[in-house]
Amino acid sequence: MASASAPLLDERFGLDRRITLLGPLPLDCGAALAPVQIAYETYGALNADKSNAILICHALTGDQYVASTHPITGKPGWWQRLVGEGKPVDPARDFIICANVIGSCMGSSGPATVNPATGEPWGMDFPVLSIADMVRAQALLLDYLGIPVLSAVIGGSMGGMQAISWPVLYPDRVRAALVIASTARHSAQNIAFHEVGRQAIMADPRWRKGAYYADGDVPASGLAVARMAAHITYLSEAGLTEKFGRRLQDRSGQGASQDCSGSGFGFDADFQIQSYLRHQGISFVDRFDANSYLYITRAMDYFDLAEPYDGVLANAFMGTKTRFCLISFDTDWLYPTAESRRIVHALNAAGAEVSFVELSSPFGHDAFLLDCPEMNRIVDGFLRAGANP
Amino acid sequence: MSALRPDLQIIAENVTAGARVLDVGCGDGALMAALRDRAGVSARGLELNPTNVSAAVTRGLSVIQGDADTDLADYPSDSVDYAILSQTLQTTRAPHLVLEELLRIGRQAFVSFPNFAHWRIRLSLLTQGRMPVTRLLPESWYDTPNIHHVSIDDFRDLIASRGWTCDGEWFLSGGKPTARGMANLLAEHAVFLLRR
Repeated sequence: MASASAPLLDERFGLDRRITLLGPLPLDCGAALAPVQIAYETYGALNADKSNAILICHALTGDQYVASTHPITGKPGWWQRLVGEGKPVDPARDFIICANVIGSCMGSSGPATVNPATGEPWGMDFPVLSIADMVRAQALLLDYLGIPVLSAVIGGSMGGMQAISWPVLYPDRVRAALVIASTARHSAQNIAFHEVGRQAIMADPRWRKGAYYADGDVPASGLAVARMAAHITYLSEAGLTEKFGRRLQDRSGQGASQDCSGSGFGFDADFQIQSYLRHQGISFVDRFDANSYLYITRAMDYFDLAEPYDGVLANAFMGTKTRFCLISFDTDWLYPTAESRRIVHALNAAGAEVSFVELSSPFGHDAFLLDCPEMNRIVDGFLRAGANP
Repeated sequence: MSALRPDLQIIAENVTAGARVLDVGCGDGALMAALRDRAGVSARGLELNPTNVSAAVTRGLSVIQGDADTDLADYPSDSVDYAILSQTLQTTRAPHLVLEELLRIGRQAFVSFPNFAHWRIRLSLLTQGRMPVTRLLPESWYDTPNIHHVSIDDFRDLIASRGWTCDGEWFLSGGKPTARGMANLLAEHAVFLLRR
């Protein structure tokens, strides 16, 4: 494998890479970003004809550590069930790229990085971004890496928004797009939940219109509440009931109480679901920047792939040569199956080559990140079909 | 590769190389895989059962989970050379409308179905007085997906009344070809090739 690949010591390739590209990157909001910092990882080796590159796109709070240990949490890569040795996306065969989206906070340009005009962190002066802007930054990275065409782009949730945007923005640069638990537009309900999160952050007195970097006194409570609200949307009602039900938290050390007689009749985290959510909120603030949360949720809210095509989604895909595969989960109420079907209908109308399946899972939206052997089989079959046209 | 079901074998042999095909009710994609493996056939599928869809996509086929009764409307007119409906017609809620859709989407349509007027079914109903359960129709009346049983003569009547053209017909008995004469009595299975 190695002998046929690009030079092994090429500093562009490997774990925990950071590059500053000159840009400028024109943004949908009218501004331009320069320079463009991108933090990314690559796995495996680019083959001689550069035909084995797969781009993995991460979700709202994801990052480039798709298949390596997270530097802050110490947890394994967020999609190691799908990406890794012996997995459907395999570094032994594929050259895998995963980049932190711009606007985020794991090394790519975002509100926490330095504004070259002031020498201070951007804060809320950072330009408002779109999903398409994130994709265009990824294309800049591919230029730098010397990759003309992607063998596939893969993403779930917000990663799926990027994956479905790729063939629209760069029809000649991607042969296959795999879109999991995603949508072609944010619904009013999606926007509403995000607004709750943003208002929680902005209502935190420590937020101070985003200018909290100097003293490091971050709006942790607001961000934690935002995460808690969002986290509910990632789970199904049935999943929550099965995992927590109405069970009470063991605060006495005497074993969990089974009924209200053991509760404190107060506002502490009596129910297990409360302490679970609080833990999700508190642990999130250690690894995420509140302003990044504002910018990325806003980009998702603005997302409507059909908008530049007079609202006709099929027109976005006219003449496409990319192969598509969409997967939804039956208990996902954040981006329900109907949203995937809407994309499938548009792709059909455009005559595109498309597969679609709704998988059954009790885990709601988060199912795409969890163990799902059937999803892995489908991804593997879809990717391998492209290898043998 | 395992042998194709006899009706699918007939269809596979009569799809021209390089054709575009939509297989409605494609199951696990057996016919699509056979067509793909012949040079240049571009096959798409529509299938209701998610386990079958997964199996087909895992084989690298382009298959959409969906319902022939409702989802064919999403396909553009004249977008394929052949629309195929094998052993699915009798399970649809509105077979005549599904056929209209097939002939709108495809220049031609292959339709295969079990013949409910086969002598063994007639005999079974005559002698036992109960809904026949046969090799091709193995389910009991209450759990069968086959809600619109049809005979070969019924189907010919429908073709005539709708003004469609029949470009070919094949009949099977015991998995083997059987003659056209008295097909409505002697054929277990029929395959028709239609056009508008």
